[in-house]
Amino acid sequence: MKTESNLIMPSSVDGMSRIDGRLKVTGAAKYSAEFTLAGLTYGVLVGSTITKGSIKTLNTKQAEGAPGVLAVVTYLNSPKVAGYQLNKDPGKSTQKGPLKIFYDNQVFFNGQPIALVIADTYERALYGASLVNAQYNTEKHYTNIQDNISKGFLSPEDGSYNRGTADAWKSAPVKMEHEYNIPNNIHNPMELHSIIARWDANDKLTVWDKTQGVKDTQQSIAEIFKLPVENVQVNSKFVGGAFGSALQVWPHEVAAIIGAKVVNQPVKVVLSRADMFTSVGYRPRTWQKIGIGATSDGKLIGITHEAAGQSATFEDFAEGPSRITKQAYACPNVNTIYNLISLDVNKPTWMRGPGEATGAFALESAMDELSYALKLDPIDLRLINYAKTDPESGKAYSSKFLNEAYRIGAEHIGWKNRKAQPGAVKKDGWFTGYGMGSGMFGAYRDKATVRAVMMADGMLILQTAVSDIGPGTGTAMVLIAAEVMKIPVEKIRFDMGDSSLPPAPSQGGSATTATVGSAVFDACAQLKEKFQKLIGNGGANDPDYAKVLKQHNLPSLEVTTLSGGGADLAKYAMYSWSVHFVKVLVNAATGEVKLDRIVCVADCGRIISPKTARSQVIGGAIGGIGMALMEEDIIDHRYGRYVNNNLADYHVPVNADIPMIEALFVNKPDPYINPMGAKGMAEIALIGMAAAVANAVYNATGKRVRDLPITPDKLIGKDAELS
Amino acid sequence: MKQFQYVRAANQQSVISTIGKPGTTIIAGGTNLIDLMKRGVIAPDKLIDITHLPLKNIQATKTGLHIGALVLNSTVAENSLVLQKQPLLSMALNAGASPQLRNMATMGGNMMQRTRCTYFYDVTMPCNKRAPGSGCGALGGYNRMHAIFGTSEQCIAANPSDMCVGLAALDAVAVIAGKKGERRIPLTDFHRLPGNHPEIDNHLAKDELITGIEIPDNNFAKHSYYLKVRDRQSYAFALVSVAAALEISNGTIHKARLAMGGVAHKPWRLFDAEKFLTGKPVSEDSFAQAAQIAMQGAKGYEYNSFKLKLAPATLSEALRHASGLV
Repeated sequence: MKTESNLIMPSSVDGMSRIDGRLKVTGAAKYSAEFTLAGLTYGVLVGSTITKGSIKTLNTKQAEGAPGVLAVVTYLNSPKVAGYQLNKDPGKSTQKGPLKIFYDNQVFFNGQPIALVIADTYERALYGASLVNAQYNTEKHYTNIQDNISKGFLSPEDGSYNRGTADAWKSAPVKMEHEYNIPNNIHNPMELHSIIARWDANDKLTVWDKTQGVKDTQQSIAEIFKLPVENVQVNSKFVGGAFGSALQVWPHEVAAIIGAKVVNQPVKVVLSRADMFTSVGYRPRTWQKIGIGATSDGKLIGITHEAAGQSATFEDFAEGPSRITKQAYACPNVNTIYNLISLDVNKPTWMRGPGEATGAFALESAMDELSYALKLDPIDLRLINYAKTDPESGKAYSSKFLNEAYRIGAEHIGWKNRKAQPGAVKKDGWFTGYGMGSGMFGAYRDKATVRAVMMADGMLILQTAVSDIGPGTGTAMVLIAAEVMKIPVEKIRFDMGDSSLPPAPSQGGSATTATVGSAVFDACAQLKEKFQKLIGNGGANDPDYAKVLKQHNLPSLEVTTLSGGGADLAKYAMYSWSVHFVKVLVNAATGEVKLDRIVCVADCGRIISPKTARSQVIGGAIGGIGMALMEEDIIDHRYGRYVNNNLADYHVPVNADIPMIEALFVNKPDPYINPMGAKGMAEIALIGMAAAVANAVYNATGKRVRDLPITPDKLIGKDAELS
Repeated sequence: MKQFQYVRAANQQSVISTIGKPGTTIIAGGTNLIDLMKRGVIAPDKLIDITHLPLKNIQATKTGLHIGALVLNSTVAENSLVLQKQPLLSMALNAGASPQLRNMATMGGNMMQRTRCTYFYDVTMPCNKRAPGSGCGALGGYNRMHAIFGTSEQCIAANPSDMCVGLAALDAVAVIAGKKGERRIPLTDFHRLPGNHPEIDNHLAKDELITGIEIPDNNFAKHSYYLKVRDRQSYAFALVSVAAALEISNGTIHKARLAMGGVAHKPWRLFDAEKFLTGKPVSEDSFAQAAQIAMQGAKGYEYNSFKLKLAPATLSEALRHASGLV
């Protein structure tokens, strides 16, 4: 049993502060790269400098001879990875599926790791890496989605959908069709991806790894290296943000494990910021086209949503950007098509909000455009087409109070001050505009196991193998347990981020509180029952647990329980909802956009932890603002290489860009999803925000930007004046 | 990063006697140099740390203000003499980088910083500035941040400094020490245009050291403004920036000093626009005409031609602020 103490911050009116907040801000929280093991060595990856082709010669002699270098691992000398399938057709492209590192000489994208240089210090490894020399056979590459839209193929997931009559929007009295583009967005969490790998025996491995799921990582590593699952120990106690980038095992993690085998010492690999652009996925560049039509009084007749997203040649990635259009509004005729375009790039992956964030930019922009054509308030247009049952499945909602969220948000932003006429408000050279955009995301509940142990001193210990990538999972879990057990939060410790603990799913898809929280709830309820049985009839409802244990001469009492949803999960359509309201200022001369006010309202069931929930919404909103105004990774297609792979050139918002964000909640429990009535909120905090900003910019200036990000150049353009 | 030697300079003389040697580089705040070393753009054998030299004074002289080369950017920006006599410099400094960087960066170092052209930083890409003769990656590549004035076929990189734009407008002079003694170069002549030798950023000789900056007294304090247009509100290089300093009485401009940033290989003084504004009334019309004049000779590239519109707009806007129209 682990015995670290929980440091509880004093509660405030806004709710309890993070249980690990003090550890994090004082530097006491230890992240994966911060562990120092006996005999630790350091690995630095060398990336390919071509985009497609094969390695002709690979000269590692100089690197191997450099001071402190212990080994240079490449496809030429790498030990075989048992789980990598054999090359059936030598000479042809040998890979399909997750990239196999050091497997053969094929190069699929620029920056693909071709060597790992291991040395006794990081600096020496870095210098060694600069000495690895590769010569290539270069093939023609394709990295530009715009030039390759015609090469799309139907996505295996969410490929096509039809409800009612296809393309019905075309016969509507009021109709329009527009194209929308989003660029690649890079997750760029503050913490760089990192791993320390140590072989404890020939078939036994321990890793300290940045991951959103220690159990999934354990499983993946066991499969890749053909190890018994229980022989792989994954530790990931603290994660400094991930946003989806740590939901799978990436090549650098495999490289470190291979490297540790080669040098027979633990190896640490920390990605550089530039590596973060090529090694751990990104939100894929996506082209979308929406045709939308309504009756003259605003009733939707039809929506056609086409999307084509960037994917990789060696592995497909699909995220369903058109899914939201099937689900958002009561529209009788909807058809969607989603294509993937395989390019010579690294594989994209889920990034906060995933497909819904991409789709909502197009859909919620199109709804806004339609509202102007109809001369309707954008909120009214949404209320006219408000879905009271799930338009896709026909099922009743478990709960939906989005209309209330609209009302609260409109009131707080001062929506009544919005002028329907774009460009109507200008003062001292700045236009003012208001915009809104809505988001939705499936509310999920998965299975999780929690062990709850009441110790002799009255300390409750909760254990489960979940990760906390930042939302404050431990804090929410402690609050749930405190409520069930009726004990103070200071008497509860939450252990996680360790694959030897009872299983829980990865932290993704906004499902952790609903899933693990339910398991905590159930485990605590069962532990309480166990106490009741011990006490017998007539015992207190909320006994003094320590006293009971002492009376019965027990060192502890524990319950381990698997918790999952019941039949209600299939019976109802379950979603979380959000709406974002923004007020922007746009400089008429320079095209600069300043956010003046932001109000986000979430309808995501009952709020468990008000303070961390607010933080969660603020973080998501800022992610959406970055998507709207500045995030864009840029490839020079002549080389297939990123030209802004650092945080000076790849912009995310800084404090100066962000005004006070009001994060508000409808806070009404969902009666069906789980015992707490709580639904996910991570994704919806971002979904819809980019459209809200674009819509506000339009309201301010009359200029509709359909290609993100909305940078000054797009507003002033090259010809037409703003003012 | 290649292994290198680090020495702390004992005094100014010892620096001047050693810096001319190949592979030897001065380090002050290191805010740019360390990045360049990490990326392999430069690989010096020896760094001479000059941060302990006594070049950290700010003082009023008979004719102006003297600022030591090693005064930190943040110190200058907050200095009361600077705020009182040359507020434009303070504004320009505060528009640059981030507070953390300004707390490290020195005045001399700021003048010596290299371009932020992405092709310069990626050693696998062509760049005539980094590797003469290898070609210019930006010319046919992603050149949104690049220059529109004074470019050459060899290089279209822009100087990233905000401070230097302010100093150029203020007729500042760099004080330079070398083996032959002291000399002075006006800020407007300190940096070079790329021409056929983009690898040379400025006119400082290899064995010279910037010891200070002098700004002559002026009457601009009431009517000066630094306007920087960028993709985010802090820690972003200028798309276009303008330093505007005016002397105005009774609604007439008596003297004007204008410089632009983000548009050239050096801080770009707008002499013709200044001349035009002299004697003109403070009016939107004067500013619009000055902006037109300022843009003569500008040339856009695939991704930065928006600057042809943004630059005059920014200049007019800066003039409105400086003159009190806004």
